[in-house]
Amino acid sequence: MTQKKFGGTDRYVATDDLTMAVNAAITLQRPILVKGEPGTGKTMLAREVAAALGMPLYEWHIKSTTKAAQGLYEYDAVARLRDSQLGDERVRDIANYINRGKLWEAFDCEEQPVLLIDEIDKADIEFPNDLLHELDQMEFFVYETGQTVSARHRPVIIITSNNEKELPDAFLRRCFFHFIRFPDQETMTEIVKVHYPDLKKNLLSEALQSFYKIRDVKGLKKKPSTSELLDWIKLLLAEDIPAEALRAEDRKAIPPLYGALLKNEQDVHLFEQLVFMSRGNRQ
Amino acid sequence: MLVPFFSLLRDAGLKTSITELLTLLEALSHGLAETSTEQFYYLARTTLIKDESQFDRFDQVYTAYFNGLESLFPPDPSGVPDEWLEQLRALELSDEEKAQIEQFGTFDELMEALRERLEEQRERHEGGNKWIGTGGTSPFGHGGYNPAGVRIGGRGGGRRAVKVWEKRQFRNLDDSVQLGTRNIKLALRKLRRFAREGAADQLDLPGTIAGTARNGGLLDIRMQAERRNTVKVLLCLDIGGSMDDHVRVCEELFSAARSEFKNLEYFYFHNFLYESLWKDNRRRHSERIPTEEIIRTYGQDYKLVLVGDATMSPYEIVYAGGSVEHWNEEPGSVWLARLLRHFDKSVWINPEPEARWEYTPSVKLVHELMSERMYPLTLSGLDDAIKALR
Repeated sequence: MTQKKFGGTDRYVATDDLTMAVNAAITLQRPILVKGEPGTGKTMLAREVAAALGMPLYEWHIKSTTKAAQGLYEYDAVARLRDSQLGDERVRDIANYINRGKLWEAFDCEEQPVLLIDEIDKADIEFPNDLLHELDQMEFFVYETGQTVSARHRPVIIITSNNEKELPDAFLRRCFFHFIRFPDQETMTEIVKVHYPDLKKNLLSEALQSFYKIRDVKGLKKKPSTSELLDWIKLLLAEDIPAEALRAEDRKAIPPLYGALLKNEQDVHLFEQLVFMSRGNRQ
Repeated sequence: MLVPFFSLLRDAGLKTSITELLTLLEALSHGLAETSTEQFYYLARTTLIKDESQFDRFDQVYTAYFNGLESLFPPDPSGVPDEWLEQLRALELSDEEKAQIEQFGTFDELMEALRERLEEQRERHEGGNKWIGTGGTSPFGHGGYNPAGVRIGGRGGGRRAVKVWEKRQFRNLDDSVQLGTRNIKLALRKLRRFAREGAADQLDLPGTIAGTARNGGLLDIRMQAERRNTVKVLLCLDIGGSMDDHVRVCEELFSAARSEFKNLEYFYFHNFLYESLWKDNRRRHSERIPTEEIIRTYGQDYKLVLVGDATMSPYEIVYAGGSVEHWNEEPGSVWLARLLRHFDKSVWINPEPEARWEYTPSVKLVHELMSERMYPLTLSGLDDAIKALR
């Protein structure tokens, strides 16, 4: 059996350790858990893996109210009750009221799919435990109809977490794990190049320098991340701001369009104060 | 294969399981890391380690193992068996003797001497003035007296050691303590305030019956949101120093509070509240949160619970610059007053027995600052505290 291998795409720069983790997960058909700062491309990873390997993608976005069973199926008892009052014929077959969840859809796919379980830490603390068997055996039982659903092809499961809650050990043991580190300047240059191939060299290096300088400011509530940098560069390009304007900010002004980098009014305020203070010192 | 590496990881305190080792071997048999050692490293890490904070430790073990080194993490950091250091008695010394002991000089000399002596010494020792052990006047060991001494394990008698090698000192409070927390949980339970919040995902049975009846028998399903405990608690815990004696009971309180309140925020302080607090004791010097910011961030409906023995020099409370750890621009009492003004409800919980309060001036002072809302850390004390918070 030949295995498909993932090695980044023309839109996504994957480091060696990330490639290894993804390929290990694909080969051994086990889930991979991806952690990292917000905006470092965790969700993008699943989309790019699906695109690179030509697999269909199923996305299951987790919210604080999401229950594990909703990923499998939901039995819509209320609809059936209503139909029974209206004398609908559909009511005789309970299967009409079973709504499939994302996991079921992925299990039922004709070819091997990619299943993204996004931000698993948002859900209740018991959520991952409720999925242990389903992720391990890739099958589950539907009580209402007495049928067992098992995966036709074990999907490549990519799970992301922002580390808001600790995940149970038993769950972690069944996954591969990868932590996306914040990219260093070199990798970041590569990432930006992938997104904006025509970017002038000096604008890029100036932008990166300002960006890392802002990231270094102590006490920011939310540090700007890769996705914010990309948005910022997009804005810089749209406004046609020359590289010199970025360099000038070191000494005099705050970087242009910095609203794309700082998303919190307290951060903006803090940053303006710092710039103001450093300006005062120089005079 | 790889079993020695695996046991080395376990020895280093990494919670790697056999399942994970088998997964790694399975991955290797699929030929995933055939070309380079770097690939093997990445594969081993993604399989065996599930927490990025453990990466560093894994790297150390990995380097050690593949360079042929062993026993990187000995069980005890000082290499001195615990039984050498069991505390026996406090030491009384005259001033002349104390002066004699001061001769050891600078910290570096001291550490150098300690290293040499650790090499020389081969058995347990107590008393005397040279060997490492308990109750003596040697600069190394614990429970003894030497103004420039290094404490190794055990508890400090005079609390004057230059460097504390005791691991417990500033560890975060463990919230997994279960023993004895049940009673505390039951006491905290009284602070619950339920409200329906979030999405309507439960069947409202009485509502449905009433609605259906009004509809002339045609079903009218009513849904409602789940009931949740909406009480918000801001917990500030004193840590280190004289609080060491109360670590256990504070852990119990913290454990219980963690599981009881969904909206629980906690911060640590040392001795008294000043302009900043911290969330993680391992990074207490680098990651401090300004008290101003806490006041701004948490609304006045948070219940402020301060836990501390309030046992200190009164200067630490009422004078600027009184803090034992840093120079504080404004006295602690001002900061406490600010917090009390912001939060509607607040209490101070004191693990010291109530009978001893009146003999410590600082406790009396804090009691007054809190307008008498200081309660002992006993079940009845907690009950009273919770009454005051409601």
